[in-house]
Amino acid sequence: MKSLRRAPQSLWVTLTVAALAGVMSLVSEPFASADNIFNISRNFAFIGLIALGQTAVIANGGIDLSVGSVMGLAGIVTGLVLASGQPLVVAAAAGLGCALLCGLINGALVAYLRLSPFVVTLGMLSIARSLALVISNNRMIHDFGPDEELLLSLGGGRFLGVANPVWLLVVAALCAAGWFRYSRLARHVLAVGGNEDSTRLAGVPVARVKLTVYVLSSLLAGVSAILMIGWLGAVTNALGQNYELRVIASAVIGGANLMGGEGGAFGAVAGAALIELIRNSLLLLGVDPYWQGAFIGGSIIAAMLVERIRRTGRAGDH
Amino acid sequence: MLELLSVGMRFGAVEALQAVDLELAPGEVVGLMGDNGAGKSTLLKIVAGNFAPTSGEIRWDRQAVKLTPLSAREHGIEAVYQDLALCDNLSATANVFLGRELHRRLLGVLPVLDHAAMRKRSAELFDELGSDTRPDDIVRRMSGGQRQATALARARLSAPRLMLLDEPTAAISVRQIAEVLELIRSLRDQGVSVLLISHRMSDVFAVADRVVVLRRGRKVADKGIAESSPEEVTALITGAIEAA
Repeated sequence: MKSLRRAPQSLWVTLTVAALAGVMSLVSEPFASADNIFNISRNFAFIGLIALGQTAVIANGGIDLSVGSVMGLAGIVTGLVLASGQPLVVAAAAGLGCALLCGLINGALVAYLRLSPFVVTLGMLSIARSLALVISNNRMIHDFGPDEELLLSLGGGRFLGVANPVWLLVVAALCAAGWFRYSRLARHVLAVGGNEDSTRLAGVPVARVKLTVYVLSSLLAGVSAILMIGWLGAVTNALGQNYELRVIASAVIGGANLMGGEGGAFGAVAGAALIELIRNSLLLLGVDPYWQGAFIGGSIIAAMLVERIRRTGRAGDH
Repeated sequence: MLELLSVGMRFGAVEALQAVDLELAPGEVVGLMGDNGAGKSTLLKIVAGNFAPTSGEIRWDRQAVKLTPLSAREHGIEAVYQDLALCDNLSATANVFLGRELHRRLLGVLPVLDHAAMRKRSAELFDELGSDTRPDDIVRRMSGGQRQATALARARLSAPRLMLLDEPTAAISVRQIAEVLELIRSLRDQGVSVLLISHRMSDVFAVADRVVVLRRGRKVADKGIAESSPEEVTALITGAIEAA
């Protein structure tokens, strides 16, 4: 039992995903269809990508509530620049630039002015969403100018039968896994999350480390937004609304510890997969979609309870 | 090696240290004793470069120096604080190398953490310290003695010449205290000087060559351990004996 309890949470979540998928393919015929699997994988790719950044923030001892709104702002800006006739490269740079700025503001306030991450990013949640409304004037943008085809194929297309966003998630997750294991910065991210004062005494530039994770988180939200408008074929200021909950749930279910100091790339992806799978299963089983929020919220709390039980078990080991 | 000449430290109206002289030779273990508020921690923080003294002079290798945390480290002065300053969520090796990680170049360009080299070096450090701590152990699951060894190994990483230890035996078990005292002896045998702050008379008399007693910011005794006794030191700390 000891070794089972010490297994990483990402393994447990992956097993749960496999078990749930197994049960669903028995009870629901459309579940295992190629179309449904394609949809599930694409839907969770958008969330999984942002969850990678959120995992770094949470492992650092912070939280980023603004990712959904940053998606909205980056999506609207990208859409407007495209609609004005600019090429996709320019539009994407503008969208990512906005995301970068949001991340820099979040990070600077948390790292250098030592404001609470919860409050700062809650404020940014409101500001970025409001800016998206102001800039778009509450219009839907669906004419993306000369590069429309490129945008739609980027976010909505597939390669070797797998949706493009899924490919990007696979690449990003592998990079993130390597980053967590082999980079000095990621080591310092975890150290700050474990004991900020000690890390400072050891000569680590703590503020710079904190700034970086918020920037990463925002940038990934921006990338996800650009892919998503390519898939949707349109963008409104509501893009990414309430996504922060699903992103944070993915990270936490995947083993990121809200107290800081723990978290990994595969956990974030597995957590995002589990949430999308639960959503999809509920739909296929004919459960009223109004219940989805209750199941997602419940799964966050359940994940924390499981983590608590495992921790108590571990504490009794020696 | 280290000389403090008439060092004083004033915090507003409070005189934490008054004209303290102190000398430390290579490989010497000095026990620094005194009641709470006697100025022990202030003295340690001056030597570690955390505080600049308001009067007096510090000499390192006969040169007058101004110590900052960074320059103290560069001179070979390492401090192990009472709370040990470890990250509970990381391994022993990660803590030893925190902020001083070793790298190798992947494909000749990409700098990546050199886990193998760091693990090997920290295993050597634990070996030299005679500790059973394993490089991959997570600090959260360690005993008090193993934590202490991890903090010491970190301080030894740069081969320091002077080690400042603040209450290294507070809050650990009797068996672990013996381990820590053994660690201090092995440091001394390797020529490292140790300034040991402790409340525990038995620790100081077990490992120190010399005992220095502070009372209300003044040095009231500085003598070889053989010429003193726990009774005399107790009397000096409380003020029953004025000075010795």
